[in-house]
Amino acid sequence: MAAGTARTRKSDTRSGQKYVGARLILKALEEQGVDVVFGYPGGAVLPIYDELFKQNRIRHVLVRHEQGAVHAAEGYARSTGKVGCVLVTSGPGATNAVTGLTDALMDSIPIVCLTGQVPTHLIGNDAFQEADTVGITRPCTKHNYLVRDVDQLASTIHEAFYIARSGRPGPVVVDVPKDVAMAQGQYSSAPRGGSRAQHKTYRPQTKPDPALIEIAMRLIAGAKKPLFYTGGGVINSGPRASKLLRELVKLTGVPITSTLMGLGAYPAADKQWLGMLGMHGMYEANMAMHDCDVMINIGARFDDRVTGNLEFFSPGSKKIHVDIDPSSINKNVIVDVGIVGDCAAVLEEMLAVWKARKYRADQKALNSWWREIDRWRARDCLRYEQRGKVIKPQYAIQRLHELTKDRETYITTEVGQHQMWAAQFCRFEHPNRWMTSGGLGTMGYGLPAAVGVQMAHPDALVVDIAGEASILMNIQELSTAVQYRLPVKIFIINNQYMGMVRQWQELLHGSRYSQSYTESLPDFVKLAEAYGCIGLRVDNPAKVDDTIREMISINQPVICDVRVDQKENCYPMIPSGKPHNHMLLGPETEMSTAIEGEGKALV
Amino acid sequence: MKAKDEQSSNIYEGMVPVARLKDKDIYRHYISLLVDNEAGVLARVIGLISGRGYNIESLTVSEVDEGKHLSRINVTTSGTRQVIEQVKAQLGRLVPVHIVRDLTDEGPSVARELALVKVAGVGEKRVEALRIGDIFRANVVDSSTRSFVFEVIGTTEKVDAFIDLMRPLGLLEVSRTGVAAIARGAVGIEG
Repeated sequence: MAAGTARTRKSDTRSGQKYVGARLILKALEEQGVDVVFGYPGGAVLPIYDELFKQNRIRHVLVRHEQGAVHAAEGYARSTGKVGCVLVTSGPGATNAVTGLTDALMDSIPIVCLTGQVPTHLIGNDAFQEADTVGITRPCTKHNYLVRDVDQLASTIHEAFYIARSGRPGPVVVDVPKDVAMAQGQYSSAPRGGSRAQHKTYRPQTKPDPALIEIAMRLIAGAKKPLFYTGGGVINSGPRASKLLRELVKLTGVPITSTLMGLGAYPAADKQWLGMLGMHGMYEANMAMHDCDVMINIGARFDDRVTGNLEFFSPGSKKIHVDIDPSSINKNVIVDVGIVGDCAAVLEEMLAVWKARKYRADQKALNSWWREIDRWRARDCLRYEQRGKVIKPQYAIQRLHELTKDRETYITTEVGQHQMWAAQFCRFEHPNRWMTSGGLGTMGYGLPAAVGVQMAHPDALVVDIAGEASILMNIQELSTAVQYRLPVKIFIINNQYMGMVRQWQELLHGSRYSQSYTESLPDFVKLAEAYGCIGLRVDNPAKVDDTIREMISINQPVICDVRVDQKENCYPMIPSGKPHNHMLLGPETEMSTAIEGEGKALV
Repeated sequence: MKAKDEQSSNIYEGMVPVARLKDKDIYRHYISLLVDNEAGVLARVIGLISGRGYNIESLTVSEVDEGKHLSRINVTTSGTRQVIEQVKAQLGRLVPVHIVRDLTDEGPSVARELALVKVAGVGEKRVEALRIGDIFRANVVDSSTRSFVFEVIGTTEKVDAFIDLMRPLGLLEVSRTGVAAIARGAVGIEG
């Protein structure tokens, strides 16, 4: 495979200095600003690990499973805005990384994953620990490379970082055969100009078409019921995009909702914030989506968790869609104005046009729109009652939020009910503080992600809000946390069920809880102790606060096993196949008849 | 359902009219790509198409610029306007893809394919096959006492028609190249 397509400086070439391939890799990583690599050694990457041993600029975090390495790199990348870096061996090392790579692809997280490969002459021979890594990872990466020539090694790695972080970010795999890592070759530096360097084919459009911005702003200015719907693209674009978004939303007075991935781009404490939308989003956010007349989608992709039934999706609105990926526009929902560009660049243009044209929102219409929204808000869709001796899961998460919100806190989650409750009850004020597996929905994401976050932010509080089923999928990473003294907190919402599976079995399958109850769960306190960290348990609502305070005060990894109500379900909910204005608000709704017909086949 | 051929004038760049995207009719489009001629590039294109469930009627690939290591891939796809716009956008996202051109959208184009058609028969049928071959300007590139191999070049419809006519005359085997397409006029694919 051709590589090194980016223009390279030839300073090292002229000097004729040769390095062993493994050294070239580390030089390239250093030049790309990598300070930590998450990985796991093996036969095919031994030369690279040997070079790692000989230097001390790049730290290596030894994970306990390669999937954990990729999730940790994702946590690192999401919380810093930098590219996460992974190093794994050939064969099983690479195949174990596939889930993490797919997760990063779905959530647009920049990752460079170096995989070892059997020596070039053995490729295709079914050699020991051989897998067709570029073949297997082709559909689950943004791009991938097999490097056959040691002189192309450095330039390929530079190109991989450029591809991973540019445009819509994503994972890139660089497969390095062992003989290439051991051969002598020349170093080439990264192209000048960083991400603006001209790649011969990959040059994503970041500046929007000004004519389209004019059309969009005219639509917004003339709107009676406008709504911002923002997503992970704003976070990926960087802190400046969040700042500009806040400015534009304030200036226009328009209500704003966000996807799961976009939480934190707009401060949750602000009165224009409607909360998350979608399947388990806020009633007011979904009703506003359904009834708005101009929808301004910034960096979201009309995911099926957000839109519900497409046929009835926001039927009366003109839709503006801003996305850096042209293929996102008109993919699921046909829009009136599709703007290709980087969120920050687009928001900047939007602000400029709004000010230059002296646009004003139709204040009378906006006031009546807000009155409508306030009526929906009054339904108080997240209400629950903490009564009796059993802890409600919502209460535990709400208390965790209240007791951690005034410090620098990063929240990761696993996948399921606890994830949705976390999205509902943790109210984020800043971008990059919320790491969750949105697109792929990977159970086992949260703990390794927390490891990655804590590596990048050693003094911050990092909490993985987990379920007792999800946490067992990558529990081995607790050992990593202990080894590197990463004081991550694992807050297990333990109801002994795969709660979301059970909820759907109630909805669709007559409450036949097929395989969704976990028997023989480990004693999480003893498990924590076995790993060399602290275990806490709480089953009394009156002790929740004290337990959380104790957890925060311990400067080492903690598992906090919170025994919660086994039967609680996650509301509000848009049943699959239904439009936004058919939300279930609570258990009083007849569950068994909520989903019918084709909706039953949806996920 | 047979796909319709659609020729249309240029649309406003960056904004395909909503009414057009909501059109549920199926159209056939010829799409040409210029790609880096590197290992795996065809697998990327094919994997994308099958992974996303797009309909492909024909796909041809060959190196067209040895010096620059460029290959051209011609894709004949059919679908609604929304799907065709998706196919183009998704192909454009692949890193080794230099250019995506919708020949059907961007003015008149020529599309041709070549087929080798083996027909076996004797007597009147053999003569009839030869006569029809003549009408279609098909070359006989192999001949035995009991068979011909015709080389026929033309649009997909012309090749289809020729093959249909050969069916009752002893059609044995068909080998088709798939469609190669190019825009008419003085402008090249790189603009």
